[in-house]
Amino acid sequence: MLLETINKESRKSENILNALLEYQKSKDTNHISEEELAQLAEELGITESRAYSIITFYSLFSTRPRGKYIIQVCNDVPCYVNGSTNILEELEDYLEIRVGGTTHDGVFSLERTSCLGCCNMSPAIRIGEKVYGSLTKDDIPRIISEYRRKYHEEI
Amino acid sequence: MKKYNLDLITRNCGKIDPYSIDSYIEIGGYDTVRNIFAQDCENIINEIKKSELRGRGGAGFPTGNKIEYVYKANITPKFLVCNADEGEPGNFKDRFLLENDPHQLIEGMIIASHAAGINKGYIYIRGEYNKAIGILEIAIEQARRKGFLGKNICGSGFDFDIEIYSGAGAYVCGEEFALIESIEGKAGRPRNKPPYPVSAGIFNKPTLINNVETLSTIPYIIREGAEKYTSVGTASSKGTRLVSLSGNVNRRGVFEVPFGISVREIIFNLGKGIPHGRRIKMVQLGGASGPCIPPEMIDIRLDYEEFAKNGLSMGAGAVIVIDDRHDILDILRNILVFFKHESCGKCTPCREGNRHILNILDKFITRTATEKDLSTLESILNVMTDTSFCGLGQAAPTAILTALKYFRHQFLLGIYKEFEIRNAV
Repeated sequence: MLLETINKESRKSENILNALLEYQKSKDTNHISEEELAQLAEELGITESRAYSIITFYSLFSTRPRGKYIIQVCNDVPCYVNGSTNILEELEDYLEIRVGGTTHDGVFSLERTSCLGCCNMSPAIRIGEKVYGSLTKDDIPRIISEYRRKYHEEI
Repeated sequence: MKKYNLDLITRNCGKIDPYSIDSYIEIGGYDTVRNIFAQDCENIINEIKKSELRGRGGAGFPTGNKIEYVYKANITPKFLVCNADEGEPGNFKDRFLLENDPHQLIEGMIIASHAAGINKGYIYIRGEYNKAIGILEIAIEQARRKGFLGKNICGSGFDFDIEIYSGAGAYVCGEEFALIESIEGKAGRPRNKPPYPVSAGIFNKPTLINNVETLSTIPYIIREGAEKYTSVGTASSKGTRLVSLSGNVNRRGVFEVPFGISVREIIFNLGKGIPHGRRIKMVQLGGASGPCIPPEMIDIRLDYEEFAKNGLSMGAGAVIVIDDRHDILDILRNILVFFKHESCGKCTPCREGNRHILNILDKFITRTATEKDLSTLESILNVMTDTSFCGLGQAAPTAILTALKYFRHQFLLGIYKEFEIRNAV
């Protein structure tokens, strides 16, 4: 039973989205593979095609393995006019990956996201569940190394 | 002195502890819930109707009428959904309310549910708002323990409970039927209308869907009375609304303003002007799906009638300021990339339209467009507005349509002047 790894409240079958999200969150690779999806669909009592349509529709899901920490960069107008492109480029350079990529050590994935609703502190990014706002290029190395340290401490 | 910043529904924000129900009760919170059950449903609905409150999610539908539709529907069970899927770029007022005053929203949901005869409520909140989700989970649990949610609320015999439902990253789920599909555990694609959610929503049962700000306004109206609420605002737009100010301004943030305030006052009095003494290039109102206006138009007042007269819409109340360093076409491209990504793909005008607009826009940006591209662009925009299945596709062209009206020269600059070359030879 794959769903046993997540908390009981989310496991109810009427809350399919939450169950799938919780399950994905419980994994270090932040993704749901096709094999897992087939089994999850059975456990939730829905067809495999419906489960597949859900995880390919919503952008918080992934069918490919990702890093432990997902860095989401907002590039919509309020962030864009405050220099979010610089932040995105700095992240690409510093992590040596492009948007959509994952670092070799599997710690970070870099993604673009639609507006995070943090326009009052643009440009903003979200790492895991934490939002960082009013960023400049110089903030990036400090934030990234914080997470690297955290990752190695946990191992 | 004229008052720009009011606190009818933001009075507790920053003053109470959002993690503590006691600090909300201390300042008179939940008082209306204790008294509400002695009142007739019709009385409550009439009071909300008298307040002339209109949906703050963007469509501006009269809230009292919506509640009445659900009240009069004779199918049970009925559902209430609080739409907290705030994904429109430039809007963050709902997050502000959720993170600062969750109990005011719950109180509003209890009142609306009692008035419409609903026993089950959902808060559909976008997955990215995990801080707000955490605060709401605690708030709901606290309200249950105090007897404001659950069975037999305050000894009235009325049952009502709330469940949080998290989205998973899809802007289209702010559309009411896409949201309903999502709650039913499917991909969030809109349904055909009519029937509307008030008659056939979640599991085809009558469903009342309201925005966070709308529901958060209801406790004030019931507590202070519709008359007091309507004393603020203009002849056609009553009360206050929350404005999310962002972009190139010195002070960004959420401000509660009375209707009738001008966009200029919002930018220069509340937002303290543009950084480094730069000038405004354009202002986008409402969010990504809202109109772009030139600086000559910012004296327009926040008022449903005045906006409609100018062919504009207020949307969810965002004001995005863009200064003179930026290129209009570049900003429009950014907006189109957003819509192309967020189109759900169900209907052809929106799925294909956004893609084609982006291609044509690129021609204007690289100055390789022709006169024909301009007419094709206008034709696609109109087809999208007229024939898209839901609000997303219908509103996606707004920014470009208004830019074509107010910044037409920017497009003309992008047209490759073939005739000039021919004449020169």
